[in-house]
Amino acid sequence: MTFTVYVPRDAGALSLGAGEVAHEIAREAKARGLELQLIRNGSRGAYWLEPLVEVATARGRMAYGPVTAGDVPGLFEADFLSGGAHPLSLGLTDDIPWLATQQRLTFARVGVVDPASVADYVVHGGYQGLRRALAMSPEAVVETVLASGLRGRGGAAFPTGIKWKTVLEQPAGQKYITCNADEGDSGTFSDRMLMEGDPLSLIEGMTIAGLAVGATQGYIYLRAEYPHAHRALSVAIAAAYQARYLGADVMGSGKRFDLEIRLGAGAYICGEETSMLESLEGRRGEVRVRPPLPAIKGLFGRPTIVNNVITLASVPAILHRGAEHYAGFGLGKSRGTLPIQLAGNIKRGGLVERAFGLTLRELLYDYGGGSASGRPLRAVQVGGPLGAYIPASQFDTLVDYEALGAIGALLGHGGIVAFDDTVDMARMARYAMEFCAIESCGKCTPCRIGSTRGMEVIDRIIAGQERESNVRRLEELCELMVQGSLCGLGGMAPFPVQSALRHFRDDFTAGARP
Amino acid sequence: MRRIAADLKGRPGPLIEVLHAIQAQLGYVPPAAVPLVASELNLSRAEVHGVVSFYHYFRSTPPGAHTVSVCRAESCQAVGAEALADHARQRLGVDFHETTPDGRFSLEPVYCLGNCACSPAVMIDGRLHGRVTPERLDALLSDVGRKR
Ligand SMILES: Cc1cc2nc3c(=O)[nH]c(=O)nc-3n(C[C@H](O)[C@H](O)[C@H](O)COP(=O)(O)O)c2cc1C
Ligand code: SF4
Ligand code: FES
Ligand code: FES
Repeated sequence: MTFTVYVPRDAGALSLGAGEVAHEIAREAKARGLELQLIRNGSRGAYWLEPLVEVATARGRMAYGPVTAGDVPGLFEADFLSGGAHPLSLGLTDDIPWLATQQRLTFARVGVVDPASVADYVVHGGYQGLRRALAMSPEAVVETVLASGLRGRGGAAFPTGIKWKTVLEQPAGQKYITCNADEGDSGTFSDRMLMEGDPLSLIEGMTIAGLAVGATQGYIYLRAEYPHAHRALSVAIAAAYQARYLGADVMGSGKRFDLEIRLGAGAYICGEETSMLESLEGRRGEVRVRPPLPAIKGLFGRPTIVNNVITLASVPAILHRGAEHYAGFGLGKSRGTLPIQLAGNIKRGGLVERAFGLTLRELLYDYGGGSASGRPLRAVQVGGPLGAYIPASQFDTLVDYEALGAIGALLGHGGIVAFDDTVDMARMARYAMEFCAIESCGKCTPCRIGSTRGMEVIDRIIAGQERESNVRRLEELCELMVQGSLCGLGGMAPFPVQSALRHFRDDFTAGARP
Repeated sequence: MRRIAADLKGRPGPLIEVLHAIQAQLGYVPPAAVPLVASELNLSRAEVHGVVSFYHYFRSTPPGAHTVSVCRAESCQAVGAEALADHARQRLGVDFHETTPDGRFSLEPVYCLGNCACSPAVMIDGRLHGRVTPERLDALLSDVGRKR
């Protein structure tokens, strides 16, 4: 009999030794003369349990974790291939509470399927959305996305259906679908996990977008820091071409859709959509002045959809199960589910996909288990390096677009970075300015010069020089950057600084923290 | 380099693709590549130079035998990335953006490797490592150091 074992090839799992574990399992099986099908899946997102090894049993998939290479002989001794008892046994994967309580729509297949296999994708509901879309008019596809309430998950939260409608309404001719896979925000990794664990859902989502607006060419703009995602995507694209889900005759429809990956080159600003388009055209990633919108004049001057990985990967399920199904999750203007990423100083970090409606506290403590250090959590930064710091006193805030906006914060791409009580918020504020200075595209003065000035002023505050007047100077500088910057980098880099000043003023004005 | 440029020039917006191909082959984009690529792609030297210098990933000097990228972004800072960065500088005896005099290691900063649930993160020659302590970094450096 052949045993089926799953060991993730997800970059995060590999970073904790999954590669060595897979190697050991294969070696040990061979030594014991056992026949093994070793599937390299994505990660389930419970990184505190990685490397998480699963075996297929008659009762379902059983999980063991976190497994090291040294544990492997013992697992074989315990007959883990048949789900045998072992100290690392976690029982049925689907019953692990951290996973069982999630509502996975976009991440339904991540960690479950073989990311390289079109056949496995189809067995798990893949390409049902595209099949539906092919039977509908382009207008009806766009209408479905609109009715689902899906908003862009890249940060700006713009309604996806409206963007698509604009591109659909442009005169026929060359149009493009571009996927923003630049994922530069600290604390975020959902794009990476999806591209490594279920790349075909992104490919399917982009194909549906192409059909919906009449575009025959897609580009995935992938950051160079993601070599593992690059490999997984390349394999999946080749497999999709092979199976004729991409190319001149998508699913026998006579319609064409081609897809290519373009690598970024280590510039955070290239995640801003007009900078990304400049970069895709082979130029410096300098931000374009809007209007015109990319939907009207985008890549090579043609109508272009720019969407985030998660946005596009959410589309197949929306087409497959209907707009009402997706919109049935969430509340108010935040519909559907949100893949939240728990990061930083957190005990149980990873990916939590739930309908909108959880509070920070539920995420940080019920899922996250509090700090990794065991010390009290003092602050979280939500939404990446341009997101506000939120103090523990506001942990009852709902994690949705409106509730975070109401306290002067933003959701961004859904990353939550936790800090314990040893954090020095004046230093974090300085870092925000430093990051802006390093990554500024240089087009406007408030961002390029202001961020460097901001660093200098905070250095003086930290050194204890004329603190009161320098804090005032810093506040003015932030205001200037917010008002006078062309794009969100210079315009939002002050948010973490202002929030730190608002909630943690003592870190700036009292003596230096130990 | 001229051949790389010639091979890729039919593609839309090829410059960055060409630079990636050159760096993949040589480890860096030598200053001598700029006029060659410019003439092959019908661009000005200033344009090509502008692109090379804009992107952090492209380097104009040869890298060391091993490239060590230490994440310096917020999530990693929350669990000790700054101490890890100091340790890396001390152990290698160079600052960020520098290469050890023996040409073995280049130390580079990186701002998020997407491994924030396993911070602090380090990438060595394209291999990602999570929950890296100073001791673990020492072991990793000794490991790759042995391989040449
Ligand atoms: C400085 C800056 C960086 C950004 N980085 C990213 C990014 O890495 N990924 C992303 O999807 N969107 C990023 N965005 C948002 C994009 O400009 C754009 O709104 C988004 O890609 C649109 O896709 P969506 O509607 O699906 O979210 C960034 C915006 C700014 C201002
Ligand atoms: S705000 Fe900064 S990054 Fe944005 S356009 Fe201006 S200089 Fe460029
Ligand atoms: S690599 Fe030098 S600043 Fe990013
Ligand atoms: S912040 Fe270091 S890996 Fe994301």
